[in-house]
Amino acid sequence: MTIGLSHYLTVAAILFTIGMFGIFLNRKNVIVILMSIELMLLAVNVNLVAFSAFLHDLVGQVFALLVLTVAAGEAAIGLAILVTYFRNRGSIAVEDINLMKG
Amino acid sequence: MQFLQHAQAMVALPEMVLAGLAMALLMFGVFRRDDANDAVTIGALVALAAAAVLVMTGSDGKGFGEAFINDSFARVMKLFTLFGSAVAVVLSVHFLKREKSARFEYPVLVLLATTGMMMMISANSLIALYMGLELQSLALYVVAAFNRDSARSSEAGLKYFVLGALSSGMLLYGASLIYGFTGTVSFTGIAQAIATNGAGIGVIFGIVFVIAGLAFKVSAVPFHMWTPDVYEGAPTPITAFFASAPKLAAMALFTRVMMQPFAAATAEWQQVLVFISIASMALGAFAAIGQTNIKRLLAYSSIGHMGYVLLGLAAGTLEGVRGVAIYMMIYLITTLGSFACVIAMRRQGRQVEEIADLAGLARTDRGLAFVLAMLMFSLAGIPPLAGFFAKLFIFLAAVKTGLFILAIIGVVTSVVGAYYYLRIVKLMYFDEPAEAFDPMDGEVKLVAYAAGAFTLLFVLIANPLLNLALTAAQAFAAP
Repeated sequence: MTIGLSHYLTVAAILFTIGMFGIFLNRKNVIVILMSIELMLLAVNVNLVAFSAFLHDLVGQVFALLVLTVAAGEAAIGLAILVTYFRNRGSIAVEDINLMKG
Repeated sequence: MQFLQHAQAMVALPEMVLAGLAMALLMFGVFRRDDANDAVTIGALVALAAAAVLVMTGSDGKGFGEAFINDSFARVMKLFTLFGSAVAVVLSVHFLKREKSARFEYPVLVLLATTGMMMMISANSLIALYMGLELQSLALYVVAAFNRDSARSSEAGLKYFVLGALSSGMLLYGASLIYGFTGTVSFTGIAQAIATNGAGIGVIFGIVFVIAGLAFKVSAVPFHMWTPDVYEGAPTPITAFFASAPKLAAMALFTRVMMQPFAAATAEWQQVLVFISIASMALGAFAAIGQTNIKRLLAYSSIGHMGYVLLGLAAGTLEGVRGVAIYMMIYLITTLGSFACVIAMRRQGRQVEEIADLAGLARTDRGLAFVLAMLMFSLAGIPPLAGFFAKLFIFLAAVKTGLFILAIIGVVTSVVGAYYYLRIVKLMYFDEPAEAFDPMDGEVKLVAYAAGAFTLLFVLIANPLLNLALTAAQAFAAP
């Protein structure tokens, strides 16, 4: 069996779905949500690189590199906000994020 | 230099100047010993004005390998974005000082977010779209949590961050699918690929994901969950900023993405937009009724207004785009005015946010009550105020494309919505007066009164604005 484009796309779709469920079903703490977001972005990268190789077009890999850098910035800002939140509330459990209803 | 010429970088001159000045102001603030807040605020306003001048004098064209486009639509939308950001900076001056969270980083972050918004408006490829969107979002996440000693502000920032990152992920997944199934990231190339090969299942999947990501940024149902919490938690001038410029920029990006690369797939995305539009209008009208906090009420109101704008976009015609442009201009100014009134709600040095606090305002502060009443009438869409004309052009465009049912639903929800706007007016004019508010700051008074005058006298200045919106829409005319 040769590994073709559809295999890569399936893996990416599965990773993306796991990431999304990680955000919605997670009831423990916010760090897990940050990891799930990272997983979603990496699933997109698998997609981009697979398409790039399949199309013989470099743009997809450039896009993937850009996503990696932005993901790093996003994680940094997310952790910074999480630290200020923890200072104010003393907890990062998801069920404690309920000062405002919604 | 030669590289910049080769890339035709001059089309992005306003963005480059704005980004450069933002970083210069950051350095200035960091290395100055004493309090740099006022100087940086003035510097930020100068930077925004300089960018506006450059936008007005700039030339049309594409740059950076067609990734960046400057046309009449981009120019009009950028001017209004810059205006919204400048007003948001002005509104925050005294407020943040009183809340002891005046730090020079705030104007710098607003400048960076504005740079991102301008890049979104001018994006002509999926990569540029993503970059602009993230530059704007990352700055906004921090701004939402700006009052770092307040549990509610940091909770607002956290919620906005988590849901924003989720939506960026969805948008990106859609972008990767579109890239894979059309073979290009350029909007022009995507439009050609869809026009020649039709929209396959992969492309349609991608379009739906991209719409989901963009719907989050404009806070349309079913991606609206963050809006009421972030509006309530963030400091009020920052909420005013959230409700104005980023919404306008995101809607401009939404319009460009639907009208340019996906123009050939209109039949496919129209159904999605119709659903989002109806759901937003209905939720905005019904969920706002039970609110007691005025910031939450304005949040639901903004969700409803985005539903009307999307109704114009769902028409998929130039008239629809003109309606979107007019609606966003009027919405921007009315919203800034409404939030200026909310900032003015202050008793014995403390901000109050309950709707009940407005009781009998007409007897304690006649001017403010009149302005707020005009703004509420305008948001409800009562003629001859500005909000009526905004809705009129949207419904006209929808009816002309045959979306009759959608237009009827729009009218019904705007009648339901009128209930909670009029309730505020009733409270101000007919209820027993509560204690008077503290005197307003000069700049807040100016913004509120100017916005009130704009909505009241819109008929007089309607023509130039309508022509401006028409020029903007012409950018999407088939070449």
